[in-house]
Amino acid sequence: MKHTISVLVENKFGVLARIAGLFSARGYNIASLAVSETVDPAISYLTMVIEAEDEKILEQIKKQLNKLIDVITVTDFTKKGHIDRELILVKVDCSAKDKARLEGILAKTSAKIIQRSNNAAIIEMTGDQEEIRGLLDGLKQLGIKELARSGRIAIPKE
Amino acid sequence: MKLNGSKILIESLKREGVEVIFGYPGGQVLPIFDALYDADMRFILTRHEQGASHAADGYSRSTGKIGVCLATSGPGATNLTTGIATAYMDSIPMIAITGQVKSFLIGNDAFQEADVTGITRPITKHNYLVKDIKDLARTIREAFYIAGSGRPGPVLIDIPSDIQQQETEFIWPEEINMRSYKPTCFGHPGQIKKAAKFIASSKKPLIYAGGGVITSGACRELKELAEKLNTPVTWTLMGIGCFPADHKLSLGMLGMHGTAYANYATMEADLIIAVGARFDDRVTGRLDKFAPYAKVIHIDIDPSSISKNVKVDIPIVGDAKNILGQLLEEIKKSPDNSEWLKTVEAWKKKYPLKYHDKKGMIKPQYVVEQIDKITRGDAIITTEVGQNQMWAAQWYQCNYPRTFISSGGLGTMGFGFPAAMGAKIGNPDKIVFDIAGDGSIQMNIQELATCVCNKIHVKVAILNNGYLGMVRQWQELFYKKRYSYTTLCNPDFVKLAESYGAVGIKVTKKEDVAKAIKKAISIDNVVFIDFRVEEEENVFPMVPAGEAINRMIEGLA
Repeated sequence: MKHTISVLVENKFGVLARIAGLFSARGYNIASLAVSETVDPAISYLTMVIEAEDEKILEQIKKQLNKLIDVITVTDFTKKGHIDRELILVKVDCSAKDKARLEGILAKTSAKIIQRSNNAAIIEMTGDQEEIRGLLDGLKQLGIKELARSGRIAIPKE
Repeated sequence: MKLNGSKILIESLKREGVEVIFGYPGGQVLPIFDALYDADMRFILTRHEQGASHAADGYSRSTGKIGVCLATSGPGATNLTTGIATAYMDSIPMIAITGQVKSFLIGNDAFQEADVTGITRPITKHNYLVKDIKDLARTIREAFYIAGSGRPGPVLIDIPSDIQQQETEFIWPEEINMRSYKPTCFGHPGQIKKAAKFIASSKKPLIYAGGGVITSGACRELKELAEKLNTPVTWTLMGIGCFPADHKLSLGMLGMHGTAYANYATMEADLIIAVGARFDDRVTGRLDKFAPYAKVIHIDIDPSSISKNVKVDIPIVGDAKNILGQLLEEIKKSPDNSEWLKTVEAWKKKYPLKYHDKKGMIKPQYVVEQIDKITRGDAIITTEVGQNQMWAAQWYQCNYPRTFISSGGLGTMGFGFPAAMGAKIGNPDKIVFDIAGDGSIQMNIQELATCVCNKIHVKVAILNNGYLGMVRQWQELFYKKRYSYTTLCNPDFVKLAESYGAVGIKVTKKEDVAKAIKKAISIDNVVFIDFRVEEEENVFPMVPAGEAINRMIEGLA
């Protein structure tokens, strides 16, 4: 099962290596990872999506993260209300005759075309996982040439 | 006061109460060594950096203070790593200081450069690369605080040589405040109440104590608890010394080479009170069969130790000394366990530790027994790893904390001799014995020079069987006696000791064992005793890997 976790860390060099090392040393996988500074530049905010087979592994991951000296807090969104978003950029095959089809697919979503050439288009969308999956399924009919994803970011609900 | 980095380092170490540094010089620590030249600080020059890290570790374990080792960049630092990993696995506080190439050369594959913070990240509690001289004093202060608090562990500080030379105002931070590091010290009162209830209603309680009891200085509280509840106590290898071995409630060590009665008690108990122990695989054996009837109370300072291997019913996170104190106050009613004690007593009588004497042979267990008898259990024992370690754990009746020093988690051969050196420096008035094997002792034999030159008069009892004994034992039992590369061709240990200026004694007869030990103690020098013991003696009882811990091979008729 996939779990979304956020981690506040001291913004120091080597912290990301410590976190990555913690996972690799135990054979755990990171599905996605997004890192950036917070309002306080001394603190960084990480959102991780991790694959944990069972509750025990998830618990171990959280405890091991907490054990790192530079980790300030760990929040597990699995059971908490949260909002998550991901940004994707997709390049699809799109000749002139496909234009209407592409617009049909996009119409149902918040995605937009940000660049197009004679035979391709680059599409941008921000959404939750379901919306992104929906868009990608639709775009597969045209043929996805390249895909870049930001990784999920999440924040707890009010 | 303006000081350069090297002087700041030494001044800071003094403020932390450091009395001795173990280490080895090199190109990228020359400024530090120049400062050491006329500093009021004892320095022990080992003959290998690994010796320095084990010595600092042995010093920590035996004194409860924080040992310090120092090495140069690259190979100096990588040579420290085995000692750092050893300390890390056993939660021993230690500070490792390494020189690094000049800060503007880092990443350039400079001469003797290695990514030391990268290499040691998984084997330290924390590590630092100091990139600004202004951070140095605070870094050292933090490093000591992190190493010694919470679940202790080694912390490494990597200092580029240009930082060692730069000058800045020396400001010692009196206070430490780290928002990201706040270890829990006291147990949750609700959990303590629950634990007391569980204890009161148990019929077959057992205390399972580990190294955490010694680390937190909770031995007195542990004894009080055991006596108040009239509950038997078993311990891990790391826990040896946390409870008097000669106490009527003591069951000795449990696990793979534990006593049969400790293992039976664990498997039959209805309540296990685990204190500062982590249910290591050498303790639990086959996990799904471990302690099938027991509810588990787990007292540990490290939340990640809880429910990692064994499912815990009542976790209590915090310092063992505080929690046992809280628990003692909370317990009003002791369990009714007289039947249980009778059962345990019967096991103790029926399945004692034993070995068979053979005429004309020195049994290794006998040597350990004699060391115990002659030193009246008042020595500091260090061990290497393998059969020597297990025989020492089984046959030396250790009654005091910090007097049995062994590499438990990592199982590092070559640990015992340099660790003995560190222990002797920290406890100059104690007899320090390294119980060694003929294999292990050769892994850090170069430290003979350190001991002789610095008059560190440790005694080494080599249980010489001409084999890498523990591996040979496994080959005998599980690999059809195919002794693949476990036979040793050894030097003459007596001559070897003598060539360094130490004393060597060779013992081939049982009747000479006690005499040799007494003689070694009386000689004011480093002494190697080469005990020629029975070659194919095995450590029993033994739980084969992957079996439940009551499925022991007894090995004796």
